[in-house]
Formats: sequence, structure tokens, C-alpha cells
Amino acid sequence: MGRFKLTAGLFVVVLLASSQSFAAGGAALDHVEFDPGNKASLQRGARNFMNYCSGCHSAKYVRFKTIGKYLDLSEEQLIDNLMFNAEKTFETINTAMPADSAERWFGTPPPDMSLMARAKGADYVYSFLRGFYLDPESPTGVDNRVLAGTSMPHVLWELQGYQTAQFSSHTEGDVTSHSFDGFELAIEGTMEAEDFDEFVADTVNFLAYIAEPIRSERRKLGVWVMMFLIFFWILAVMLKKQIWKDVK
Amino acid sequence: MARVEAEVGKRPEGVWGGLIKWIDDRFPMTETLKYHATEYYASKNFNWWYVFGVLAFVVLAIQLITGIFLTMNYKPAAADAFASVEYIMRDVEWGWLIRYLHSTGASFFFIVVYLHMFRAMLYGSYKKPRELIWLIGMMIFFVLMAEGFAGYLLPWGQMSYWGAQVIISLFGAIPVIGDFLVETIRGDYSISDITLNRFFALHVIVLPLILIGLVFVHIVALHEVGSNNPDGIEIKNNKDASGRPVDGVAFHPYHTTKDLVAIIVFLMIFFAVVFFAPDMGGLFLEHANFEPANMTATPEHIAPVWYYTPYYAILRAVPDKLWGFILFALSVLLPVFLPWLDRSRVKSIRYRGWMYKTALTVFVVTFISLGWLGLQPATGTYVLMARIFSVLYFAFFLLMPYYTAIDKTKPVPERVVYHG
Repeated sequence: MGRFKLTAGLFVVVLLASSQSFAAGGAALDHVEFDPGNKASLQRGARNFMNYCSGCHSAKYVRFKTIGKYLDLSEEQLIDNLMFNAEKTFETINTAMPADSAERWFGTPPPDMSLMARAKGADYVYSFLRGFYLDPESPTGVDNRVLAGTSMPHVLWELQGYQTAQFSSHTEGDVTSHSFDGFELAIEGTMEAEDFDEFVADTVNFLAYIAEPIRSERRKLGVWVMMFLIFFWILAVMLKKQIWKDVK
Repeated sequence: MARVEAEVGKRPEGVWGGLIKWIDDRFPMTETLKYHATEYYASKNFNWWYVFGVLAFVVLAIQLITGIFLTMNYKPAAADAFASVEYIMRDVEWGWLIRYLHSTGASFFFIVVYLHMFRAMLYGSYKKPRELIWLIGMMIFFVLMAEGFAGYLLPWGQMSYWGAQVIISLFGAIPVIGDFLVETIRGDYSISDITLNRFFALHVIVLPLILIGLVFVHIVALHEVGSNNPDGIEIKNNKDASGRPVDGVAFHPYHTTKDLVAIIVFLMIFFAVVFFAPDMGGLFLEHANFEPANMTATPEHIAPVWYYTPYYAILRAVPDKLWGFILFALSVLLPVFLPWLDRSRVKSIRYRGWMYKTALTVFVVTFISLGWLGLQPATGTYVLMARIFSVLYFAFFLLMPYYTAIDKTKPVPERVVYHG
């Protein structure tokens, strides 16, 4: 039994050690807490997403109805506040922008947001949305710290303002490397820096929620399943002992 | 089944007994139940290493049942596959649970099968007279690898697509027929809708049928010779007056009730993953697979799912494409020959000498390290480490006839060790 525990323990350690972290493409990411229990934050995130993102980005697997149910929003509230180009609550979040025009304008159609936070990680999206900086050589006027050369313009510029990025270059022999030192606000926006971070955090929280809407429910259900199994296990141990009591 | 005596034993009275007799006159029902359960004797000193066979059966059942329900909602077409999986995850009632059970089941299938195989290596279960059980088991393992591989393409995510691209193109390294083989597997010049369709057919019909057939034969062969035990003693050599092995207890009700305890413990671990960590930090469900397959954008880092990575690490450790493929294929095939590579007089590790014990320990470290290395990018130190561990992997098998023959063994007792 001791050896079995040891093996099982070793196995868990190996599994954990070999878990892959999100590929960040090199740039260090800023951390954001995913809190699916904070419904107020999710409601603000939903509003932000519909106001600032859904013009270009769809979330085509997500139904308004599902969001409404989870966020305690009535059908009227959904229609009045979130559904700008949808009529029925069972519809999914689609964008009004035609895909072929989008491709012509941006070179690549804006990706669907249903699973973005699960594919790239919440930290990635958070860092990306806060990572735009002025770059006069770029067609959109900005580049991004997390995804260099992105074709996405700085949609939230009114709120954040424009920032410049400070890079320092290090030369070792023939190799010159650049490292990112930080941002400096060049043109002020309508929001204070902390408020803007909060705004992005809410939006990312919403994106993380829609990436797996069932997450909270499965965790709740899991606790009940575990309790049942523990109870069932006690019965099974008693049964085994009873059956085996004569074996010598 | 001439071996089973005609003694029918006590049969229930009345209508129920009459019904059983009616069936028994036409089908060997009672006889089969006795032969495989109530009078199948297995050693009473099984330890917890002996539960993984039953657990593999449990996982097989989970995969078959959840697979049926997934098939009801999944659409095997390049244009619809990814969306249909999200439909299952979001809109189908309990679809998320069915899907997580199936995706977690895939990884757990390999976990329990690897541990089941390791048990055989601990206690020499592949040695005479159980060589055929081992061979059938290895065939099950190969079919399982193919089944997992075909299934992994179906969600049609980025890693499904590019993982399949990398693995299928490996066959292109084979001289002369390589390109033909690759096109035959894909059914197209690249991985496409056609590939997805045939992989679906393989995954839901062809391979499961073969798998079930092989599992059946595996168990029939096992019940013919009887189970091994942690002492590696043939309990059939020690029978009482009524012809029952004195160290054996009937599979039912003894081992069934013991297995039930193990099954519940297994389900606790299994459901902990399903409910609390279904993607297991990107190991069971890879992050890149939440993006739909895109044949114009290669992911930064392509790695097969964890259960193939030990062999994948060996493949990448070799600089030459053809030799890489040969050693990769050899690394998968070599365990087949264990019954003949192992020259030891004793079966169980309990009575083996330090050489085999050391070799097996090094092998476990090697296998896990290769698995980890297969997930890392093939650069610098990682490649060097993969080469060292590849050499150790092959050395374990190829030197086995030597070190098992000269290894000092301890005397094997007459009766199994059992502390009631």
C-alpha cells in the first residue's frame, strides 16, 4: 500500500510538472484574476464587449439567453442593453461586419471571441488590450506589446489615451536584443489608469466566462459527485470486508 | 468447455429455476458464469497493482457510452466539426459532461493501460504461460494508440490538425512507398474534409470493434491459464481435495467486491479531473485546440497529446528522418518481445536480483522523462537529454537477455505470501 501511494504521488507530481503553461510568444504577461462569481463585473464586461468589441468581433457560439440566465438579466434587460443587432434571445453574438469586407480592411478577419480566453489565456487578452502603443510606422498608428504587428487598431484609445512604449536595446557581440521597459502615457484618455485597468479586467472576465459558461456549474456539481463517491466508497469497503472476512 | 465439470450444482427452485434451466439447455449461461466468475479462481494476495485491468475495462465502457452520445451531436465535416463540438459544450443538455468524460477518459485510458503494462513488468506476467495474453494486450495497446490518434482529429482544432499533419507525414520517411502511404492515410494531398471523414469512420466503427474483439480474446486467454500474482507462483499447482487452488479465491464475489473499492477510488480521481480540471493545464485538452483548424497558420509549438510523447521524443532525438521513424516504430514495438527478452528464472520482482530492479527503476525514470521531453521544444539541452534517455530506453530491452540471465534470484516460496 505504501508503495502504491508513492507511485500515485509520483504520478501526480509528473502530471503537474509537465502541464504546459500558455505559450505567450515571449512577452511577459500581466496577471488578471478570473472571477466567474462576480456577476456585477461580468455584467459590466458584457456591456463593454457589446459596446466596444462586438462591432468587429463575433462570439458566435454564445447565446444571449445563456448570458442572461447566468448574469440574472431579464429578457427586457438583454434586449435593451446588450442586443443591438439581434432580435431573439436565443440568437448568438454575431457581428454586423461582413467577413469579406473585414478581410479587405484588416488583412485578416477579426477572430471570433467565444473561446479566445481559453485558447490564449485570460492574462494574454488582458495584456493585449492594455498593450497598444504609438508606432508611426504601423498603418493603424499603433503596435502591440503582446502581438507585434497586429492589424487591430487601438479601439479603446478614447478611454485609455495613447501610450508610448519604452524599449532598451542591449548589444552583446553581434547580437542586439530589445527589452520592454514600460509604457508612458502620451495623450490622456477619459479614464484614469486604474479605472481603465478595471474596465479591461471586467471585459476579460466576461470573455473568460463565455469561453466556458458551464465552469461554475460543473465545479458545484463536482462537489456533490465527490461526496456521493465517498459515501459509496465507505459502503464498498464494508462490503469487501464482510465478503473477505473468512479468507485466511 | 470440457474442463468445466457437468456438476450443475444447486439451481434455484420454481419458475426462476425453470427459466434458468430452459436457457441452460440451449445456451451455456450458468456454465459460462461459473467458468468466468464464480468459479474462476485468482490469487487472494492481489495488491493494488492488480486493479488496472478492471479499470481499463471501466474506462472502455465510459468511452463507448459517452462516444455514442457524442456521435449523436457531432458533425464529421471540416466546415461543421469545431462548431458542433462547441454546440455539444454549450447547447446540448449535459453535453459538456459527456464531452469532458470522453476527453478525460482518453487520457485515463492510457494512464491505466500504462500502469497495467507496468504491473506485468513488475511481476513477470508476460512470462510463460502468459505470452499470448501479453501479445494480445500489445495489440490492444496499438489499436488504442490508433483510436486515440483518430479521435484527436475529430474536434478539428489547431492541434488536432497540425498534430495529425506531423504524425501522418512521418510515414513519408519510409522509402519507396512513403508518399503513397501518406496519401492513402489522408485520402487527399493535405489533411482535409476527406481525412476527417475517414478518421471518424475509423474512430467510431472500425477501431472500437477491433478493440472490443481483442479485449474479449485477452480475457478468454487470461481465464484459460489463470491470473498471475505478486509472487509469480502458479496457484494451480496447489489444489485442495475438491480441485480448487488453495491460494485462490473466486473472482465473484471476492475480487469483484475488492475491485469495486478500487473502481470508486479511481472514479474519485477521474471525476476530480472532469469537474475541476478538465483541460489539466493544457495536458488533456491542449490550449491551441480551442482555436479552429487553420491550414494557413501553423501553431508556434506542435506537440502530440501526452500519451504519445515518450515515443515522439525518441523520434525527434534522431537527426535523420528515416532512422528517426525506424527507431520510433521500434520503440513502440519492442515491448512485444518482452516474454522472450526476459530470461529470468523467476517472474516476480520480489524474487529478482538487483540488476532487474535497477533496470526497471531506470526504465520508469526514462519513460517519464521521455514523455516530458516530448512536450518540450526540440532544442539544445532537450535534444541531448532525449538522446541519452533514448539510449537508456533501448538498452533496457536489448540488454535484457543478458542482465536477466546473470541476475541473482531469490528462492520462490511454495505458497503465495498473504497476510489476511
